[in-house]
Amino acid sequence: MNFAAILAGGHGTRMGATDKPKQFQLLGERPILVHTLEKFALMDEFERVLLLCPVEWVEASRDLLKMHLPAQSEKIVVLAGGATRSGTVQNAIAWIEENYETDENTVIVTHDSVRPFVTYRIIKDNLEALANYDACDTVIPASDTIVVSEGGTEIDSIPLRSTMFQGQTPQSFRLLALKEVYEQLSGDEEAQLTDACKAFVLRGRPVALVNGEPFNIKITYPVDLRIAHALLGQYE
Amino acid sequence: MLNTIYQLVAPRRIDLAVQDMPVAPDALVVRPTHLSICHADQRYYQGMRDAKVLAEKLPMAMIHEAHGQVVFDGSGTYKAGDRVVMVPNLPVEERPFQAENYIRSSRFRSSTADGFMQELVVTSADRAVALPDGIDLDVAAFTELVSVSTHTINRFDAIAHAGRDSIGVWGDGNVGFITALLLRTRFPETKIYVFGKNSEKLADFTFVTATYLITEIPDDLLVDHAFECVGGAGSGDAIEQIIAHIHPEGTVALMGVSENNVPINTRMVLEKGLRLYGSSRSGVADFRSTLDLYAQHPEVPAQLARIVGGVFDIRDTSDIATAFADDRSRRFGKTVLHWLV
Repeated sequence: MNFAAILAGGHGTRMGATDKPKQFQLLGERPILVHTLEKFALMDEFERVLLLCPVEWVEASRDLLKMHLPAQSEKIVVLAGGATRSGTVQNAIAWIEENYETDENTVIVTHDSVRPFVTYRIIKDNLEALANYDACDTVIPASDTIVVSEGGTEIDSIPLRSTMFQGQTPQSFRLLALKEVYEQLSGDEEAQLTDACKAFVLRGRPVALVNGEPFNIKITYPVDLRIAHALLGQYE
Repeated sequence: MLNTIYQLVAPRRIDLAVQDMPVAPDALVVRPTHLSICHADQRYYQGMRDAKVLAEKLPMAMIHEAHGQVVFDGSGTYKAGDRVVMVPNLPVEERPFQAENYIRSSRFRSSTADGFMQELVVTSADRAVALPDGIDLDVAAFTELVSVSTHTINRFDAIAHAGRDSIGVWGDGNVGFITALLLRTRFPETKIYVFGKNSEKLADFTFVTATYLITEIPDDLLVDHAFECVGGAGSGDAIEQIIAHIHPEGTVALMGVSENNVPINTRMVLEKGLRLYGSSRSGVADFRSTLDLYAQHPEVPAQLARIVGGVFDIRDTSDIATAFADDRSRRFGKTVLHWLV
């Protein structure tokens, strides 16, 4: 049984002068996260789609879903996210375990709410990768040279670009395996964890790569929203 | 729903765009899996249409022959995972005595609406027909093209006189092959003659009574009825030969598209009392009729597998360019695209 967890816990601190978290800003005629949720909610592969958002946005999110996705609103469950990304994912795991029997075939596909351009193909490839792996990560080959600098003032090294990839989402996991690696994390490790796949890497467990798309962008900065509108053919 | 579509924006240039497509509660959402290139797509792609026409139609997603798997069906007709052929004709009204494909207000994918080069196709359950289990999925990719021949033959059967001793098919391309094959199956007692330009291609018509090069047709060879499957610059010559080699009161189906006006010897049409009728595209009933024929006569899809030419995995726009270039270089056969974008 598959579950999608759409991570919308961020407060949009990088988005510029706005009070509204970026995932609730409009892309075309609907909030960004509504676009993201719709793609997952339409797919029969998912038993439920969990939306994890800031606690103060839980009720508003339910209202938005009734307004924009009435046919899918039953399938989508709105929950409060945690203080960190891993806390948010663990809230999703906890809800699934409370409401469903889980086993080794229970899958959780986590995705940033601010990546609305995720495609059906990427999602399907994530699910298929889990036939042979406990975890997979969506990536694209790095187009820019990556520069390593511990101090931030001088270059320490420049890795070979052909071995570098940029991480996107979805990141997908067999739920019990994800729970297991989270439980093995030390306090320091968990505090530094910005990426659930890294929990597997820290334990030396394999994570499969799934091809993303260059346009599966994360809407982080104001310029990203402009790019997103341009992709939609709606220049501001 | 945000949907990625691959549109032709200028000849030989395909760009990706995202459209926000509303998904109505009763909508059908299909993931295209198998697409097939039609000559009409190739003409758009190569910029062989009139500049004014191109300016009006582009940007536009190409391809009107495709099937795929159901992702979501709000109408409850299909379940997720079902394989369906998608019907490219999109009627917006019904009219008495007019089939859906002739109503002038109908839209058609890859002509007046975006074609199937899309991440997901948002349509409705009445614009899809279930594919039978076990069918060759590459052959099923061009069900639409076969349904056009089915449509033409159904109309022929309704209007042509009952003398069906012999039928001539002019054209040794894909449409000629499909039409001759369907005629062979529908009218097993009838002699089917095929007339073409290329002896190599004609040799593939193994199921017909006889084939002739158009330069070597015996003067005394006459057919009761004829199907013109030539189109383009050869249309006029083909129609002239048909008029010369058809018995009086015969029925002539015109199936070939030409960009130019085609002169017709109306004196002989009048003298022989011929009936010429045009036929284009198809509707849902023709798709159903075609798939029923596949089920009843498995030799038909088996024979059609012989005209599957290039098969390409499509992951990005450069794969699309490769497939269209190969299709253009191919003199015969259908190019099938496995849609993996």
